[in-house]
Amino acid sequence: MIEAQHLTKIFGSKRAVDDISFTLEKGEILGFLGPNGAGKSTTMRMITGFMPPSGGTAVIGGHDIRHDPIEARKRLGYLPENAPVYPDMSVFDYLDFCAQIRGFSGADRKKRVGDTIRKCFLDSVRHQTIGTLSKGYKQRVCFAQSILHDPEYLIMDEPTDGLDPNQKHEVRLMIREMSAEKAIILSTHILDEVDAVCTRAIIIANGRIQADDTPEGLRTRSPYHGAVSLTFGPTDSGKLMSALRSVEGVKNTILIDESRSEVSVRVLPQTRETLIADRIMAALSREQYDLKSMYVEQGRLDEVFRNITM
Amino acid sequence: MRTKEFTNTVTAIFKREIIGYFGSPVAYVFIAIFLLLLGFFTFYISHFFEMGQADLRAFFEWHPWIYMFLVPAVAMRLWAEERRMGTIELILTYPITVGEAILGKFLAAWIFIGIALTLTFPMVITVSYLGDPDLGAVFCGYVGSFLLAGAFLSVGSMTSAMTRSQVISFILAVVICLFFILAGYPPVTEIFSGWAPGWLLEVITNLSFLSHFQSLQRGVIDLRDLIYYLSVIFFMLFANSIIIQNRST
Repeated sequence: MIEAQHLTKIFGSKRAVDDISFTLEKGEILGFLGPNGAGKSTTMRMITGFMPPSGGTAVIGGHDIRHDPIEARKRLGYLPENAPVYPDMSVFDYLDFCAQIRGFSGADRKKRVGDTIRKCFLDSVRHQTIGTLSKGYKQRVCFAQSILHDPEYLIMDEPTDGLDPNQKHEVRLMIREMSAEKAIILSTHILDEVDAVCTRAIIIANGRIQADDTPEGLRTRSPYHGAVSLTFGPTDSGKLMSALRSVEGVKNTILIDESRSEVSVRVLPQTRETLIADRIMAALSREQYDLKSMYVEQGRLDEVFRNITM
Repeated sequence: MRTKEFTNTVTAIFKREIIGYFGSPVAYVFIAIFLLLLGFFTFYISHFFEMGQADLRAFFEWHPWIYMFLVPAVAMRLWAEERRMGTIELILTYPITVGEAILGKFLAAWIFIGIALTLTFPMVITVSYLGDPDLGAVFCGYVGSFLLAGAFLSVGSMTSAMTRSQVISFILAVVICLFFILAGYPPVTEIFSGWAPGWLLEVITNLSFLSHFQSLQRGVIDLRDLIYYLSVIFFMLFANSIIIQNRST
């Protein structure tokens, strides 16, 4: 379990992180969201013990990072922002160094390094100097370093930054595969990633937690959650709108687009819980409308994100 | 206790660093310049041959001055480079203490300079061939020189932790080293001799790298000189760890 307890960091007169608390259990993948400079990296740096907090603390598997840092760090894997690695070492030597510093020796060390290299698809570059590798490979080397000792807790600052779409997909798969017996925190500003990997998301802005929910839960905060989008063939939009507005439970209708060939409309329910799709279907079937498509909107994370952080 | 972990992590860092030195041209440039400068000063400035003495005083007397420039050049990357590359974020989040990281890096750099120093052995052969030197005194000279290098290095390691710029680290280290050298020289002692009480003058003179170095060259390993150098190293590395733990980024 990772517990952040009232973490606070003050730089000069600025409160970069302001009283952040949360608890994360194994099996959860927590996504940190927030605009640049919101305090995501600073929070992670305090949890890993790289930066001493101005107030509060983090407890990793029962070990306080401030008072028992060695024990806490043994259980942590950390992938810092921009994936720093020593450019003058080969991939194998670097991971071997990491394994040694984490206390592995002999055959166990060799096996661990070999396994990690395979797991992270680094076989083809294992004896190449890290400085000559592309950004994607460097990122993977640093990722490999963070999972080498099979830590119970993983903290990853923008793990897919700088990767191409295929590599992103691979890294996300790896994170999801590992998640069963680990607690994972990752930061990102790619909202799709939250949907793709996270079981929980925390939105941070101005150093404070603005929302802490599942991705589905966050989406329901969207103003368009539960709205029904309809697309029709050419039709009289005025008449259509008034017909839709008269359906029970409908709060409002918005004409999104009207062209010679299509009319698209969004229908908003009175409350988020009201289900209006089947009533609309019933109302429409009474008259002859050329309905081309219809779907219930789930709400989009980027809208929620903007609403919360702007 | 974590004695085993301590040895293990210090060894890991030591190994990485020392391989790093020899994996880059820095090592060879350093060794070449170190040997060239020593040779130049010993033979052309101090006229080693013309003096006709079977000892290495003309050789050792230049060490402090050459170290003053070359050792900070070795030390400047120790921490500044980690900060610049961001790898400091990893090394300080491994399950190791700051002291272990500092010690591993320091020892690697010290042994590296020791290797460069060992490569001056032709001087010993030359002087033994030409005359009958006091080899005990030569040995003590080498011990003194190695300790001196360690003291300079600890200063450089500390200044390297202060900044992510290697240039600033280098200049700071040279200035501090210069102070330590000059503390025992007449230009500094004369400033104090007119008015300062005797004990203060003695403290300042005793802070000098040079006076302790010279007493070792006489061929006596005095415990006080050993303690002096080791405590300078300890103090500087301790300051180094405080700086790292309290850095702002």
